[in-house]
Amino acid sequence: MTISADHPAPDQAQRLPAEDAVSEAVRKFGITVEDYMLPARHQIQMVDPDGRLRAESEQGTEPGHEYPLPADEELLAAYEQLVVGRRVNDQNSALVRQGRMAVYPSSHGQEACQVAAALCLSEGDWLFPTYRDAVAVMARGVDPVETMTIFRGDWHSGYDPSRHKVGIQCTPLTTQLLHGVGVAHAAKLRGEDTVVLAMCGDGATSEGDFHEALNFAAVFHLPVVFFVQNNKYAISVPLAHQSVAPSLAHKAVGYGMAGERVDGNDVVALLAVLDRAVKLAREGSGPLLVEAHTYRMQAHTNADDATRYRQDSEVAEWLAKDPISRMKTYLTGRGLLDDDGAARIAAHAEDVATQLREGLGEDVPVDPQELFRYVFSVPTPQLKEQSAMLADELAREASSEESPK
Amino acid sequence: MSPTITTSSEANGNVSAATARAAASAASVAEASGPQPITMAKALNTALADAMHADPSVLVFGEDVGLLGGVFRITDGLTRTFGEQRCFDTPLAESGIVGMAVGMAMNGMRPVVEMQFDAFAYPAFQQIVSHVAKMHNRTRGTVKLPMVIRVPYAGGIGGVEHHCDSSESYYAHTAGLKVFTPATVADSYRMLREAIDSDDPVMFMEPKKLYWSKDLVDLSGLREEHVSNAEAGVSSEGRAAVARSGTDATLIAYGPSVPTALAAAAAAAEEGRSLEVIDVRSIVPFDDETVCASVRKTGRAVVIAEAHGFASVSSEIVARVQERCFHYLAAPIRRVTGFDVPYPAPKLEHYYLPGVDRILDAVDDLQWEN
Repeated sequence: MTISADHPAPDQAQRLPAEDAVSEAVRKFGITVEDYMLPARHQIQMVDPDGRLRAESEQGTEPGHEYPLPADEELLAAYEQLVVGRRVNDQNSALVRQGRMAVYPSSHGQEACQVAAALCLSEGDWLFPTYRDAVAVMARGVDPVETMTIFRGDWHSGYDPSRHKVGIQCTPLTTQLLHGVGVAHAAKLRGEDTVVLAMCGDGATSEGDFHEALNFAAVFHLPVVFFVQNNKYAISVPLAHQSVAPSLAHKAVGYGMAGERVDGNDVVALLAVLDRAVKLAREGSGPLLVEAHTYRMQAHTNADDATRYRQDSEVAEWLAKDPISRMKTYLTGRGLLDDDGAARIAAHAEDVATQLREGLGEDVPVDPQELFRYVFSVPTPQLKEQSAMLADELAREASSEESPK
Repeated sequence: MSPTITTSSEANGNVSAATARAAASAASVAEASGPQPITMAKALNTALADAMHADPSVLVFGEDVGLLGGVFRITDGLTRTFGEQRCFDTPLAESGIVGMAVGMAMNGMRPVVEMQFDAFAYPAFQQIVSHVAKMHNRTRGTVKLPMVIRVPYAGGIGGVEHHCDSSESYYAHTAGLKVFTPATVADSYRMLREAIDSDDPVMFMEPKKLYWSKDLVDLSGLREEHVSNAEAGVSSEGRAAVARSGTDATLIAYGPSVPTALAAAAAAAEEGRSLEVIDVRSIVPFDDETVCASVRKTGRAVVIAEAHGFASVSSEIVARVQERCFHYLAAPIRRVTGFDVPYPAPKLEHYYLPGVDRILDAVDDLQWEN
């Protein structure tokens, strides 16, 4: 099997050794290329909304689309992050209402996706989040207050992307996917085994950069996992207005990569699917696309009114599929979580919330000279002039305040 | 084992096979010593090759830049010399090219990407304006994007629609981008090397009508100059040049308009008028000092640019000079620019482009009776 059988590129053959890795994956699973690339017929779900582990035959798996249950420690770590994530989402929404934060696009309801996106990666890997993925950024180890700086309004990004290997929370849709592709490409050229997980939403799959990123990643056989959180709405516009593809995961085959659908409120299935995607990418099988079915329980942001475009009954339906209560039931049922454990985790979540209240509650003094400091590595003469002008303006303002006429 | 590429910081211990081949090939290409007639295309090509020799993290990619060597042949031979990992063709998607370059620059590389033509670069506009220009600022300087976006630009080649835009004003208007445009063969080498060395992103605007212009240039001398300048920490980056000295009026031009301004100055000299010509070289940062020193000396100025005059780099230059030199001016500053019309079809191009006569008319208009 060669993916590019119909597109011979003789002079580039030596540049594409990863093709063999895809062939190998296909051979390993004993299925056809199409079956490798097309998502399984049903979404992968391991724990149902009532917290029951589904029978293996009912998890949506197929030959070549098989997923072992993640280890207990990983599940417990995920549960803790879920609880923290929910607390952070709700704390931030409260801080917006109090005027402490300018805006917060909450991932309430999508915490399983947020947590799995971070936990499936190793230390040297990179995460490229969107504006709604603050919980994923935190789960990756970035300080909560630094994570929320973008929403506090005193600067655009509060953390150092290089140090944490987490891209800036990106607002222009899917532009960050290409940055992820570039990071993976650079790493691959140096022979490093870095994997990149790049996130976007369902509406964003309509963007041109979504297409360009997936195509570049596939053509260059880069270790990128594209993770689409299909939360059903792009602000107010439902998915049916974005795409009539059988699923977003089906888009993968058009690029020559593997796609999969997963219950985005089932952190167990998410970890299983993303862990394998990361592993395949690291082994050289090229990029993969994972679509998670989830739901944005709250409005797009505090400035949005979701009642104008969706029914309460739909929201109620998804409330019953909550990722956190389901995981709690499952872990408790398996004896992995008791009241003490749950209390400890809740206390940890409360600590993080306190940290946010304190960190975002204080008025951080802004330095107007920062306007000029980072435009270029070395300020231009024009910026020096403008910086002096502002300094002079402020000095005169200060002196007139000291000695009122 | 797959061949690997090292970043500059790791280069000493772990030079890749491709880089070793490249070094061997460089040694074997002995250039004739002393000044030779060299095209701007050759000088740019040499600058790319030299930068790739000097730093294994320099990568070149874009559309048709591999085996073909680019539609203007600026990347000719780079894939052969450095291998397909360091100079390669991408899928045909400009936003993809620039967006991928952003990620590569975030992760230790120095990408130099080619936009095939000025007007084909617009799909990348979002990446350029929202990310290339802003990443350093929004991350408080923690993420630098040492990348160069090469854009063959402007007219004068009889190109059909969408092949001749003067797009420099879009980029110059965007805070966070450096915008360079060489007008001479030697400067094309110098400035491209400086652009690649820059820790900030550079829009490198190449006047495509000058690609085949020739100057007598000593390439090995330029190479040595680059090395010794780098060692001494000196640079001509951000500086304008006095392309011709004069005393009566200043012609301020950049890129493709510099040879036109020089021709106008030569014609004016025959009529007994001494015109100074300033080659702006770097639109951002702009060298107010050199430009204003000339205008203060002559007291008269004409700004020349191929781009539409309205809300353009030429308007900015007039505004800056007027603010800084008002009391030295004997006449209002004039502009000779493209008309405010979409770039014309090839047979109408010569009516549109600033020419010697239109420049001389503007000079005649500078209130010499005062």
